[in-house]
Amino acid sequence: MRDFLLLLADNTQILGHRLGEWCGHGPELEIDMAMTNLALDLIGQSRNYYQYAADLEGAGRTEDDLAYLRDAREFRNCLLVEQPNGDFAHTVARNFLFDSWHFFFLQALCQSNDDRLAAIAVKSVKEVTYHLRWSSEWVIRLGDGTEESHKRIQDAFDNLWTYRGELLAPAPYETEAANAGYGVDLHAISSRKCSTFSALTQTQSGNE
Amino acid sequence: MANSSEFPLWEVFIRSHGGLNHKHVGSLHAADAQMALEHARDVYTRRMEGVSIWVVPSTAITASDPADTDPFFEPAKDKIYRHPTFYDIPEGLKHM
Amino acid sequence: MSTQVSLEERFQARIDAEQKIEPKDWMPEAYRKTLIRQISQHAHSEVVGMLPEGNWITRAPSLRRKVALLAKIQDEAGHGLYLYSAAETLGISREELYNELLSGKAKYSSIFNYPTLTWADMGAVGWLVDGAAIMNQVALCKCSYGPYARAMVRVCKEESFHQRQGFELLLTLSKGTPEQHAMAQDAINRWWWPSMMMFGPNDSDSPHSAQSMRWKIKQKFVDMIAEQIKVLNMTLPDPDLRWNEERGHYDFGTIDWTEFNEVLKGNGPCNRERLAARRKAWEEGAWVREAAMAHAAKRQQSV
Repeated sequence: MRDFLLLLADNTQILGHRLGEWCGHGPELEIDMAMTNLALDLIGQSRNYYQYAADLEGAGRTEDDLAYLRDAREFRNCLLVEQPNGDFAHTVARNFLFDSWHFFFLQALCQSNDDRLAAIAVKSVKEVTYHLRWSSEWVIRLGDGTEESHKRIQDAFDNLWTYRGELLAPAPYETEAANAGYGVDLHAISSRKCSTFSALTQTQSGNE
Repeated sequence: MANSSEFPLWEVFIRSHGGLNHKHVGSLHAADAQMALEHARDVYTRRMEGVSIWVVPSTAITASDPADTDPFFEPAKDKIYRHPTFYDIPEGLKHM
Repeated sequence: MSTQVSLEERFQARIDAEQKIEPKDWMPEAYRKTLIRQISQHAHSEVVGMLPEGNWITRAPSLRRKVALLAKIQDEAGHGLYLYSAAETLGISREELYNELLSGKAKYSSIFNYPTLTWADMGAVGWLVDGAAIMNQVALCKCSYGPYARAMVRVCKEESFHQRQGFELLLTLSKGTPEQHAMAQDAINRWWWPSMMMFGPNDSDSPHSAQSMRWKIKQKFVDMIAEQIKVLNMTLPDPDLRWNEERGHYDFGTIDWTEFNEVLKGNGPCNRERLAARRKAWEEGAWVREAAMAHAAKRQQSV
């Protein structure tokens, strides 16, 4: 359970951290503020998971002990979320790949037999519904916009595509979590994620 | 070139609680209506200020001309018979 | 000619009666120009002001501090946005305003040209710089131009947590290890005089009638901070600071204006860095904005 919580906590913390790097440097004030909202949601989610993990330990450690005082090797996050922001297209593509997985993952997690985890998922899925909408719309805008934006978002997907597999390949503690009923069966969500993605890329090419 | 990529301006109206009117709260820039709606959410409802948002292109607003203030609004001034206080009723009369 | 005079008279009468001037109302060209300059300078300050604090987002020492700092800097983006919008009602575009900032033609508050060297600076900036800014800004909520006044009401409402989070941060450091205490004291030492400079040039040199008002606000600020610093168990870097029983106020020393003027002239530690960061964000965002506009145009056509 602890490893599973840390996976969720680290994923959201690291992606929130990356989005926070945009603050003050966005392409326009409104977009800057939108990305900060995403960052605040994600860091908020990570705090819920860290606090739960700390409570489970019962050793008097805090969310910050878990977030700040573990060594790099102990972090459970997927490689995708730690990828540098790059240009705006890179950020959009990275977030879209994560959001389109995260959304279905949280939907499934709402059914967790662990009440506290299910409650976190119920709250988070509302936020992530918006995240997925944000990144999807920007994928479409950039894909359809100009020649330059199309090339940039295509390049970004080409670069990041390799990281997507990890999201659907369960670590032993994820399989254990799924079997015990508090986690998520990744195989079940993989088909839904794929159909979202192909629907979106079709919209993109359909508009050209 | 200078203005080619500037997002147009939108006016934002927010309903703060169910049952109230939408009220003008400010403006923002966005490329299209959907983006304007989402920007309005990110800019103007960060502290739970609203339950519903309208966005309108600023160019779509027709406003009265300040020069017309007198002909527009003066004539209503002396129509005091439109207000309940114009009418005398006996003291102690209830429910009116 | 006679209509011109009566328009001006009418305008002045409304100002004297403390009525609000609204975007479509007739206004003297000088009034419009001054407003644009003042509001946009204010907007630029909010946006440039995001940078010194943004420097610490990724290094905030706890998740709670990190979300607070992010939310505060996001507020500053919002304040910049409200103010740019207010300026835009005067017939100038945001892009034109940006260009004035990026070309160095427009000014922003010099305080943001100082570096943020340690985490404690996040506390000192919130407590002292935002504290001074709030005192200056409250008066603007009543200014004569409607959109500016309304934007400032919103800004002041949102700012109220900024100063508190700064003070709380310093208090935590003050109660921490000796090193943390020393770090907080150092930040206060560095930010005290720059925040005093935010109240503008001094007494004798300033010709404005607004000057005595400014002096009063500044005195209020000193009185407030001189008391609060006792709670922090720290000191202000002013050897002349002492309670004056007779006046019922704190006496304080004079500012070293030579340093301030250097910063104002662009020789501050971070002038170039700040503008370069804004320029980079704007230039690298150009293709994003173009793409969004192109997409919007295509969608419009297909409808």
